[in-house]
Amino acid sequence: METRKVYLDNSATTAVAEEVLNAMLPYFRESIGNPNSLHVWGRDARRAVDEARASVASLVGALPGEIIFTGGGSVSDNLAIKGAVWRAGEAKKHIITSAVEHHAVMDTFKWLAKKGCDVTFLPVDEYGLVSPESLASAIRSDTLLASVMYANNEVGTINPISQLGEICRERGVLFHTDAVQAVGHIPIDVSKIPVDMLTMSSHKMYGPKGVGALYIRKGIKLTPLVHGGGQEFGLYSGTENVPGIVGMGAGARITLKLLEDGEAGRVSSLRDLLLDGITSRIPDSFVTGHRTERLPYHASVCVRHIEGEGMLLRMDFAGIGVSSGSACTSGSLEPSHVLLAMGLDHATAHGSVRMTLGIDTTRDDIDYVLEKFPPIVETLRKMSPYKG
Amino acid sequence: MYNDKVVDYFMNPRNVGSLDAANGIGEVGNPRCGDVMKIYLDVDENEIIRDVKFETFGCAAAIATSSMATEMVKGMTIDEALRITNKDVASELGGLPPQKLHCSLLAEEALRAAILDYRSRRNGTRTAPVCAGCCNACTEYEEEERYIPETSRVAD
Repeated sequence: METRKVYLDNSATTAVAEEVLNAMLPYFRESIGNPNSLHVWGRDARRAVDEARASVASLVGALPGEIIFTGGGSVSDNLAIKGAVWRAGEAKKHIITSAVEHHAVMDTFKWLAKKGCDVTFLPVDEYGLVSPESLASAIRSDTLLASVMYANNEVGTINPISQLGEICRERGVLFHTDAVQAVGHIPIDVSKIPVDMLTMSSHKMYGPKGVGALYIRKGIKLTPLVHGGGQEFGLYSGTENVPGIVGMGAGARITLKLLEDGEAGRVSSLRDLLLDGITSRIPDSFVTGHRTERLPYHASVCVRHIEGEGMLLRMDFAGIGVSSGSACTSGSLEPSHVLLAMGLDHATAHGSVRMTLGIDTTRDDIDYVLEKFPPIVETLRKMSPYKG
Repeated sequence: MYNDKVVDYFMNPRNVGSLDAANGIGEVGNPRCGDVMKIYLDVDENEIIRDVKFETFGCAAAIATSSMATEMVKGMTIDEALRITNKDVASELGGLPPQKLHCSLLAEEALRAAILDYRSRRNGTRTAPVCAGCCNACTEYEEEERYIPETSRVAD
């Protein structure tokens, strides 16, 4: 069996960086306090949480008081959307999102639709982009909120968030963006772009799982999902996950440094090698998503005539970790809603493969994938009734 | 998620390919659902399956079940082969994850379609494919519309 391991699923989750782990460790056994306690243990924990809040805030250009720590990206999405809708009450019932959102947004909108909200799902073009024009024409007098993802998790396409936010601001509509895939990987500055709420997740930026954050622009009021001790400015009750929050803060500092050091340039040239290598070596394969308006670490392709799960498993046995939008990898019979919304047919969408690079990805890793992937496709195509 | 035997039949599938000498071909499923299976039979004059091959567009479970089904029926009479159910194939593989059972159903359907094709060629009549092509409908077809020749019906 192969011994080499190449992890290319950093969109699913990243490894906790060593500096992050080292920052977290004291908060399990030494600085054990509850940040809400008055004694020294509590004060130490509070200071650690505040430092992490400042770190996350500076990563996205926010004020520390605009950052709420939550239990993860999905919690942040739910808090932003339901919190705004519940706060508005009966006054405004129309909410807008896109057809390619992560399920944490998509299913929240679908649930709110069942509860009486009027929901518009904006279409996307063949690259997965939401057009500012379609958002502008969807806004009505009773529109409360629009939520459009910063960058897509399946195809890596980056939306024109500034323009979308500008339209919402002009029309008095709240604007939320799920930036889980983007934060820490491309420069984001909420002081310069008209975003009201922005979702972040720690474990996509070298921090631990189970912690996320929501940027909430000063002055915006939400109804909390969780009631209790009033932690996180009353918006996410429950004793703070101190080691997790400390880890997210450390992850924010690391990714900010990586951004300054040009990591995006390094990883995007590896990504382009990978995409060009695949499409030139594998006939009937093509890049999904936008080629330039794209997350630097994100490579996604479709390989015709075969199905994604088979590729994923054979890559796995070759030591390469990837993911797929095929139905068979999800347990449902429908392939990725993102690829379908971009206009791909079902059979092609079943043959999607996503490879997402990280700080540990090297040129050798890419060469290894380019060596292993084409013969896997060839083997599976020999088994397929479709020969192209 | 998959046991070692399923992985083995996926990684080293038996009987992959097509048969020029096929006198029964069955194709079921729909690329829309991510599963298409094509089974080629070479049935001799004593109605024994002399050779069998498959081609599958689908996940690991679909490939492993096609492979196992072809291995199981090789050397059987077509009446024996018609008695093979998806559960037999799945259990011969040591079990499949619940969400993958529909894949084994497709293997059974493909085999049946190939046998029906063989019979209709011999009798000079054509029969419609067993599966209309939508994965969701498979279970309904199994219960209601699957054609089983009189001679092959077994009490279970």
